[in-house]
Amino acid sequence: MIALLLVALLLGAWQLYAVHGPVDDLILPAPSEIATALWEDRALLWDNFLVTAQEVALGIVAALVVGFACATALHFWRPLRRATYPLLVASQAVPIVIVAPLLIVWLGFGMAPKVAIIALICFFPIVVTTLDGLGRVDRDTLRLLRTLDASRWAAFRFAEAPAALPAALSGAKIAVAVAVIGAVFAEYSGSSEGLGHLILQAIPQLETARAWAAVVVLAAFAVALFYALDLAQRRLLPWTTNERTS
Amino acid sequence: MHSTPSPATASAPALDGQGIRVEAATRRYGAVTAVEDLSLAVSPGEVVAVVGPSGCGKSTLLSLVCGLERPDAGTVAADPAALMPQRDLLLPWASALDNAALPLRLRGAGRREARAAAAPVLAEFGLAGFERARPGELSGGMRQRVAFLRTLLAGKPVLCLDEPFGALDAIARAEMQRWLADALAREPRTVLLVTHDVEEAVLLGDRVAVMSPRPGRVVADLRVDVPRPRVATDPAVVELRARALAALGGEAAA
Ligand SMILES: Nc1ncnc2c1ncn2[C@@H]1O[C@H](COP(=O)(O)OP(=O)(O)O)[C@@H](O)[C@H]1O
Ligand SMILES: [Mg+2]
Repeated sequence: MIALLLVALLLGAWQLYAVHGPVDDLILPAPSEIATALWEDRALLWDNFLVTAQEVALGIVAALVVGFACATALHFWRPLRRATYPLLVASQAVPIVIVAPLLIVWLGFGMAPKVAIIALICFFPIVVTTLDGLGRVDRDTLRLLRTLDASRWAAFRFAEAPAALPAALSGAKIAVAVAVIGAVFAEYSGSSEGLGHLILQAIPQLETARAWAAVVVLAAFAVALFYALDLAQRRLLPWTTNERTS
Repeated sequence: MHSTPSPATASAPALDGQGIRVEAATRRYGAVTAVEDLSLAVSPGEVVAVVGPSGCGKSTLLSLVCGLERPDAGTVAADPAALMPQRDLLLPWASALDNAALPLRLRGAGRREARAAAAPVLAEFGLAGFERARPGELSGGMRQRVAFLRTLLAGKPVLCLDEPFGALDAIARAEMQRWLADALAREPRTVLLVTHDVEEAVLLGDRVAVMSPRPGRVVADLRVDVPRPRVATDPAVVELRARALAALGGEAAA
């Protein structure tokens, strides 16, 4: 309710500023123009959205799988963790714009380099939250498992991994918004389709409203993805929500 | 005594070992001496209730017996022991059935096999219909029963129960005491039962070991020669309860 009111207020102010303010509408189109573009270009937006959505979804899934595996490895071998953690953090500081062309050289112009870039972006938050989840299993639970003759692997399989799963999804939730921006940058670096590509084309064509319409779709997608992950977390791993209420 | 064989009996281990022998054991945590010069022997099939002020090293004693800790001095020898910890520590994502069946899975049974073996035991202990419920959906008493079944299904001759009913209200507690006495009558084990409730100790134990404040030692070892089932109002129970309390109080004053 309050959220809706806030959005309406923002849109109203934006509309007034775009129409009466000093900024040219080629730089900042009014919400009404963006809405018109959304409607008129809906087929174009939809086709490109499908491409970007696929890249982002695949990228997040890849990051979840690889991130979980890496977090597990780092969890099992502390020396490895100490050695590679700074490297992991440093990798996050490398701007995508720099890495993207390299990945395109390696992986070609298709979907693969985009998926790789998005996975790269989501990888770090997922590793961090998963490691945290793995490490947060009760010491007493692990002791109990020992009295039940659990091997190190069994302790992971029956206690640590299930505890870390919701943590991994939390990492993915954190990564969602950045993943969408990552997709745009990935498409900037070389592609013939996707919303990022659409934005890149629309701006020199002075189709600013269309570019903004693409941004609106991207933002809506990020929100939808966030809530989809939230729902997955609650559906697949319901004890995390039970825990909070009990 | 029940004479009908119960499904749980299938997993009952033989009680032909040594039981528990703790001799002059000392365990320190840094500057804190949790137990000092503690001696306690439990014969196979015997139930010994341990009472003592909080922080006197009761949980430490169980950790020693389960092999989770080693004594800094003295010796601890015991048949393989399963621990029922003070907090139930059920896995929140697993169903009641899977929590109870966990020790079977840890010994290599497949999921289906473990469930098939645990389900009748669960039903027998009043949890029929709750097999699929997660711990968060169970009452305190049910959780304790699942935790106890998990300990039982570990199939070890020794059970170390750490304040198993501490978190329950009086009614649930009385019910659980009856139920534990039943379970042990059907399926005898060597039991070390820690409790802070002296009456519970007398109702359930063959012996009551009273510990001193930290560093913990056994300062009184009372034999409970009262036939089962026991009731709290039995004069013999009342008298033993008074003796145990006196032993506790005497130590607290010292
Ligand atoms: N892992 C540990 N590290 C440090 N101190 C401990 C540890 N476990 C127990 N203690 C200390 O040892 C003493 C006895 O603890 P515990 O055996 O848990 O007592 P009880 O179960 O009788 O309440 C306490 O003072 C406690 O703080
Ligand atoms: Mg304790």
